[in-house]
Amino acid sequence: MEGIALLTVFILSIFVGFEVVSKVSTVLHTPLMSGANAIHGIVLLGGIIVTGAATGPLEVALGIVAILLGAINLVGGFVVTDRMLEMFKPKKAAGDKAGGAA
Amino acid sequence: MSQTWVQVANLVAAVLFIFALKGLSSPRSARNGNLLGAAGALLATVILFVSGIPLNNLALIIAAIVVGSAVGAVSARKVKMTQMPQLVALFNGVGGGAAALISVVEYIEVGSGDRISLAATVFTVVVGSISFSGSIITFLKLQELMTTRPVILPLGKVVTILVAAATVVGAIWLVVSPQAWLLIALLVLSLVFGVLFVLPVGGADVPIVISLLNAFTGLSVAAGGYVLQNVLLIIAGTLVGASGTLLTREMAKAMGRPLTSTLFGAFAGSTAGSTGTGSDRPVRSGSPNDVAIMLGFASKVILVPGYGLAVAQAQSTLRELADLLAEKGVDVDYAIHPVAGRMPGHMNVLLAEASVPYEQLKEMDEINPEFSSTDVVLVVGANDVVNPAARTDKSAPIYGMPILDVDQAAQVVFLKRSMRPGFAGIENEILYDPKTTLLFGDAKDSLTKVVAALKTV
Repeated sequence: MEGIALLTVFILSIFVGFEVVSKVSTVLHTPLMSGANAIHGIVLLGGIIVTGAATGPLEVALGIVAILLGAINLVGGFVVTDRMLEMFKPKKAAGDKAGGAA
Repeated sequence: MSQTWVQVANLVAAVLFIFALKGLSSPRSARNGNLLGAAGALLATVILFVSGIPLNNLALIIAAIVVGSAVGAVSARKVKMTQMPQLVALFNGVGGGAAALISVVEYIEVGSGDRISLAATVFTVVVGSISFSGSIITFLKLQELMTTRPVILPLGKVVTILVAAATVVGAIWLVVSPQAWLLIALLVLSLVFGVLFVLPVGGADVPIVISLLNAFTGLSVAAGGYVLQNVLLIIAGTLVGASGTLLTREMAKAMGRPLTSTLFGAFAGSTAGSTGTGSDRPVRSGSPNDVAIMLGFASKVILVPGYGLAVAQAQSTLRELADLLAEKGVDVDYAIHPVAGRMPGHMNVLLAEASVPYEQLKEMDEINPEFSSTDVVLVVGANDVVNPAARTDKSAPIYGMPILDVDQAAQVVFLKRSMRPGFAGIENEILYDPKTTLLFGDAKDSLTKVVAALKTV
């Protein structure tokens, strides 16, 4: 894609990023941060792209480490966020369901 | 697969990420939001493999994905809820590290490219590395593998400024005349800067820094996306960078700390001289029986849970106590400070885990006017969030942070392990107040004894 098109995407994404989290309650600060943290784990794709094209042993080794770290970030991030949010059940069912799980 | 379909799939993934963040902003949709995000990531990953990009080393790539996913998933499932903040910090750090590595590999592989993509490479490497090493330090602080107090190195300020200046100069130099050794030097400088940047941050401010580093990683991923000409990386990284920046500001606001004082407060050395003397001043300590009687004959009790409660895994014992009091006709509420635990919302998660009904959890603004009409406040393992020094002592590192006004209540009971100060490392005056009773010991132990005693009252 052309540089200017990528710049357009970048600028618009900034506004969307600000907009979507503009009304968040304090209670959700931690899960939201954790969820956002998981989303940037998509850097995994970058790791796959460079490693797929890599030829020298050094590049492959660094690329593999990047994939490893990216996958930890992506998968771990979503799983830990889900665990936090398990706790936020709909108000009425909160008591019995969590009790059963414990 | 045709390139158009690949692009459509990436667009769908990007929209799913937006829905994910939107969903995570409201309690009802949060869990689904997170799942949408995961679905988007899965879709994008699968599509990448069939999109026709070169796939040398395919076996290694798959193996790395499997191992990384397993490590991430298992540690996320196994971690205790009390230690969750540092795990998030660690996940964030490795993401930053991955972004930096990708740019390095692309640089070695493809060479320098034009100025703009060189600048993007440099940005990714610098910001990703700062996020990586900075997150490791926040992890060590939260895990209490190192001191939670601000670390002020001799000449730390000067060294930090020099390292920062060297990084900027190196970055510009690299864009003007690309050389591999310079990129490596830049990587090392940024790692050092990340460490120097986080070391002076005091314990209570660490969550804000994690959030900021999270935004950093996002931006670094976005720049990495530019280097690789990958739109999805740009969108996802920028979304996180922007929302993370806003979230960091919101968090700082919730703690009543201007962002600048969090980040640069320690540089100014304002934290010196706040460790109170007088640890040998007299305090009144009581027995579990005394506490049970005070609670049993009160008509209104507020429970203030803190991190110490969670460390002792005493959430369900506390709930037992609350239930018992409610049976006796005592009016019981939980007062939740926005940063009770280690992060905003952390305590809500911990108590929900012990199935404390959501409606009994009162937020600070809601509960503060009620303390003056309360007979007994029971503070379990909390300290900084009830410390009136935040209102009065301008030299205290927590000055300006909104607190729970427990000193307004008729009587205050503290369950504490020792007289050791809280995470912020400052003395709490309420402990010496004549209306305060202290019950020393492990929170779970003490609560169990109080519950037993209450049954006989």
